[in-house]
Amino acid sequence: MDTLTGWGRLPEPGSEQIDEDLETLTRGAVLTRGLGRSYGDSSLPANAADKIANSRLANRILSFDANSGVLRAEAGLTLVDLVSLMMPRGWFPPVVPGTKFVTLGGMVASDVHGKNHHREGCFGAHVRALRIRLADDRLVECSPQSDPDLFYGSIGGMGLLGHILEVECVMRRIPSRWIWMERERVPDIGAFLDSISQAAPQWPMTMGWIDCLKRGKSMGRGVLMAGRWATAEESPASQPGSPLRIAVPVELPNWALNHVTARVFNAAFYWSHLRPRASGAMAPDRFFFPLDAILEWNRAYGARGFTQYQCVVPRAAGPAGVREFMERLTTLGEASPLCVIKDCGPEGAGLLSFPMEGTSIAVDMPVSANLQRVVDGLNEFIISVGGRIYLTKDRFTRPEHFRAMEPRLPRFLEVRAKWDPARRLRSAQSRRLFGDNA
Amino acid sequence: MKAVVFGGTAGIGRAVAQQLAARGDAVFLLGRDASGLERSAADLTARHPQQARAGWALCDLEDPSGFAGALDAADTALGGFDSVVVTAAMFATQAELEADVELARRLTTANFANTVTFCELARKRLLARGGGWLTVLSSVAGDRGRKPVAIYGASKAGLSAYLEAIDHKFRASGLWVLCVKPGFVKTAMTAGLKAPPFAGEPDGVARDIVAAMDRKKPLIYTPGIWRLVMLVIRHLPRFVMRKIEF
Repeated sequence: MDTLTGWGRLPEPGSEQIDEDLETLTRGAVLTRGLGRSYGDSSLPANAADKIANSRLANRILSFDANSGVLRAEAGLTLVDLVSLMMPRGWFPPVVPGTKFVTLGGMVASDVHGKNHHREGCFGAHVRALRIRLADDRLVECSPQSDPDLFYGSIGGMGLLGHILEVECVMRRIPSRWIWMERERVPDIGAFLDSISQAAPQWPMTMGWIDCLKRGKSMGRGVLMAGRWATAEESPASQPGSPLRIAVPVELPNWALNHVTARVFNAAFYWSHLRPRASGAMAPDRFFFPLDAILEWNRAYGARGFTQYQCVVPRAAGPAGVREFMERLTTLGEASPLCVIKDCGPEGAGLLSFPMEGTSIAVDMPVSANLQRVVDGLNEFIISVGGRIYLTKDRFTRPEHFRAMEPRLPRFLEVRAKWDPARRLRSAQSRRLFGDNA
Repeated sequence: MKAVVFGGTAGIGRAVAQQLAARGDAVFLLGRDASGLERSAADLTARHPQQARAGWALCDLEDPSGFAGALDAADTALGGFDSVVVTAAMFATQAELEADVELARRLTTANFANTVTFCELARKRLLARGGGWLTVLSSVAGDRGRKPVAIYGASKAGLSAYLEAIDHKFRASGLWVLCVKPGFVKTAMTAGLKAPPFAGEPDGVARDIVAAMDRKKPLIYTPGIWRLVMLVIRHLPRFVMRKIEF
């Protein structure tokens, strides 16, 4: 039986079709996927027999205006390609997620956010138009002016409103090919939240790594990074080289990543930042996409697979809310190396877009008998503080939990009912969360 | 180089067109899908803005009456081409071809008779201006009569023989004929098939092709390992070939 998997490596039966001509390929298809980098089941088939289109070969740049920065490209264009083409010319995407191994279509469907969310919002805020194949096979061009419900439903809509064929977005000019970075080692979660909120008004890009296994006094100790594009004067004379990449050569045994190895890794990471503060020029690849240096790092979790729990604790819950979340996380305790923390700016216009004003926390968890209980426990807390989870990472959230944390869901379903009344477009995720026909 | 790429909208042809454009060669695309040609040409122009805008013209391997006009259009746009790369071809599995005799006729006509016709027209133009490169994708499938590629392989065997002969005949006149024999390459054409060991990627295969053109080689296998694989296959006795399913 053929299977498809996301980054979390849990398979679903089914297969995909691929062609340069995405427009023809999506006719009759129920889902389009790109590089399969979403962690959970959002790019996986609801049924083994469903026609799944892969956009990877439809990666042509259709136009780029070097005055306005407006770029139009097919949905399968990868961020790897886009960055390597545009950075030497002095342009960079306005928003990038933590990996370059994503497609433009996926960036729209997930409405990805990056280290600059508090300034720039999500990627969708920089999209001007989408060309979409609808469930009834019609082709439409939508934008904030034309069919705005379809446009905003597609931004962060996990590909459920239509197949994204082309994306028009605005690129940003950059003053150099280097990032000026400042890094600070932070002893606990309280200090971390203070530092990140102080950094936010000064720095266009911020994020942190924290140790999710430490409990007690040093709970949430970590490393905060802030950055901006370096000026020409701050930049080293050379250009950043192409990033060094190594691969996890084989699937590691399930026990390779356990409480002990994860603790050792976290401590090593924390203490590897010998000086409590450091600053300097850094290659953008290391700053934006540090984990891309290790290809296929998902193999480190072994055959059991893993998920990522990413949620946002709203600003209203305050530092106490984040601390409470960390306490629950460390108590429920799944072995996990570093987790990522980031403060988010205001919610975007995408009907199901993930970020909202508050603190986003992302933590990897290997699949275990205990995992459903952990996800349920964390979700119950997130519901109680009015937060939400990120569908792109999710595979274990229960439908009733998702409904409870997503007051925007009725509006999304209404728009979906208008454009796809038969709910023909579907994924394993929409089957799980919305009960789409299985 | 000033190169015409017939089949430059997809797979290996598109990768060859990209690599030629990336190093500064002028490229003109031929194919049968206007939208795909327009998009691929726009992509070449967007990725390599320092180059002249890439042009394109319609050309269908199943319709030889359009070949001369398409080559004329390329000639005009490029100001006289010096290289012609042919990656266009039809593909179908042996099961599909056995089930549909008309499909078998179309495929053998397109891959052999029409490809030779196109090459003849291109060859004459190149020789008239003192020579140049004629690079054509054949296949390892043409190296030996094999069960899983009986009909497709036969169309490529004929093509390989033609390419070898015109290399012998016209090399002295400055025509660099390159017969490319790709093994299994992961493209949309082969997407439904199970990839064997040593399967290649279009970018790697395109790199091999461009390097072989630069070195004026008459024949390459790509990925290179297929040279050894086919060396063995060509020497297997018939009674073995009857037994195996390769």
